[in-house]
Amino acid sequence: MKVRTIKVDMLARVEGEGALTIKMKGDEVQDVEFRIFEPPRFFEAFLRGRSYAEAPDITARICGICPVAYQMSAVHAIEDALEVKVEGPLRALRRLIYCGEWIESHVLHIYMLHAPDFLGKDDVIQMAKEHPKEVEQALRLKKAGNEIVALLGGREIHPVNVRVGGFYKVPSKKDLAPLAEKLKWARDAARATVLWTAKLPFPEFEQDYEFVALRHPGEYPMNEGRLVSSKGLDIAVKDYENYFFEEHVQRSNALHSVLRNRGAYFVGPLARFNLNHDKLSKVAQEAAREAKFKPGCRNPFKSIIARAVETLYACDEALRIIEAYEPPETPAVDIAVKAGTGTATTEAPRGILYHRYRLDDSGTIQEAKIVPPTSQNQKTIESDLREFITKNIRLPQTELAWQCEQAIRNYDPCISCATHFLKLTIERD
Amino acid sequence: MAGAVEIANFAEATSAVAKGPYDLTLVEGSITTPHDAERIHHIRRASKTLVTIGACATSGGIQALRNFKDVKEFTSLVYATPEFIETLNKSTPIADHIRVDYELRGCPINKHQLVEVLSALLFGRQPNTPAESVCLECKRRGSVCVMVAHGTPCLGPVTHAGCGAICPAYDRGCYGCFGPQETPNTESLSAWWSKLGVGEADLLRAYRSFNANADAFRKESEAHEG
Repeated sequence: MKVRTIKVDMLARVEGEGALTIKMKGDEVQDVEFRIFEPPRFFEAFLRGRSYAEAPDITARICGICPVAYQMSAVHAIEDALEVKVEGPLRALRRLIYCGEWIESHVLHIYMLHAPDFLGKDDVIQMAKEHPKEVEQALRLKKAGNEIVALLGGREIHPVNVRVGGFYKVPSKKDLAPLAEKLKWARDAARATVLWTAKLPFPEFEQDYEFVALRHPGEYPMNEGRLVSSKGLDIAVKDYENYFFEEHVQRSNALHSVLRNRGAYFVGPLARFNLNHDKLSKVAQEAAREAKFKPGCRNPFKSIIARAVETLYACDEALRIIEAYEPPETPAVDIAVKAGTGTATTEAPRGILYHRYRLDDSGTIQEAKIVPPTSQNQKTIESDLREFITKNIRLPQTELAWQCEQAIRNYDPCISCATHFLKLTIERD
Repeated sequence: MAGAVEIANFAEATSAVAKGPYDLTLVEGSITTPHDAERIHHIRRASKTLVTIGACATSGGIQALRNFKDVKEFTSLVYATPEFIETLNKSTPIADHIRVDYELRGCPINKHQLVEVLSALLFGRQPNTPAESVCLECKRRGSVCVMVAHGTPCLGPVTHAGCGAICPAYDRGCYGCFGPQETPNTESLSAWWSKLGVGEADLLRAYRSFNANADAFRKESEAHEG
């Protein structure tokens, strides 16, 4: 019997470390499995015994690319437990810092991590030789996002200014003004990015996914809304754990999340775009239309276009917030500590991020649960690979391995956030 | 600088890998698995200069919170099937395992400090990353002392400089993400915190966060164990 193995030592251009093994019998895919060798992490355990006030700083450390997402889910879940509502300009500033993170995270993934796949390059440095204009534009666009987070948060990574109840310090109108000038340029660059990504060569590939995202009656979802899906799910965030549960798989240090009685589901920019297209700003909708990118898209490779549309939206929304901003009277609302349990789901750049906290009457965390987006997509990634390899088994091995990696990167997986991605092995019998 | 260096192995950014040995290796993350403990020796052997970056690599990081607890209990709290998990009891800094040429603190590191270390190494000079306290940076930034003026507990006096004293500039106390400065008087600072009404449990938590395993912070946190 002839056994052939394709090995890629480590999956590049994803956050974290892991391996992928594909077992083949003839042309039939027998098994697809991820092994995550990012060490196990214990954030949920570390949070026990900590003060509610520490949760945004501690959970930020789960991810260096989307710390704001962790801070947003943490503060909203704790505010839910303490029955505190943050509204007006403070709510708007939270949306603004999230726009900053969406821009920096999306632009990083579009240009530095995912585009090299479509263009057959090892990395953005190689890409820069043939596409210098695009790469230069990407760096400047990402910087616009960084600057929002740095201004509102104190620094780009692990910002220090987010707290339960609001912020430690809020900006003046004048503080925000220089951002607006940069964002006007960024909005144009993001519009060009939408059209550029739409022209990339896409593999023909579609699956019957269940897309899951937040939906809010008045806006494109970030911090609030109901959990809805393309197959009729419509639940309050507090019911999340009645519908979604996690399985622990031996080969990985991450927990796989599934939708009860339905299995795998799909979260992130493509899910948000498909479920909330009508809530995008006019500028973002027009750019999507011009790029011929319509809701109902089931090709995961086109998630790069969704990411670009969201980047444009985030620039536009950030500008809207800055223009409408009037500083609040206090940087945070008053907190009265009490015992209780609270939940929140917010839209991290990679998809829905669920937090639940149980506090005692001193505000000490008794229990914490965190379900990051990558663990929610992991089952869908495996199913994509099984399908993709079956359809493309006649491709030369190196090309197949490359395209498998690309298929994984569709999801912008942050393995270190899935707690915890990839060495590619294809075993052929 | 981009022209002066070749990125040889950085999986998060590129599929291309150049073979070692390497002139400079930057190590992030702490040692938490038997595999890491083995691998770091191979990395040291392949590197002329090795610099650890970040709180995890230089002190064990937030993962070192396990050092104060039973890791088995943690594993069963987080993972439904703990027997699938392979991990060490303690999270330890790289310097506990191998010789380290230079350490860069912080959670996260400061990018200007990283550029300073890289350019110093390129030119063969000593990097300029002072081990003084955050207070000095805070004064230079022109911030009002949050502890003196507002009675806000601040770890600035015992914390290693490098961030640029961000927290006080945002009206909050430093929370020590760069770890202890060179000669920290933690005992005195704790006494001041007590006068401000901070209880023992909060003092313990203040020292036991992103650099819980750094010597000075570990000892001071232990002094507040009830």
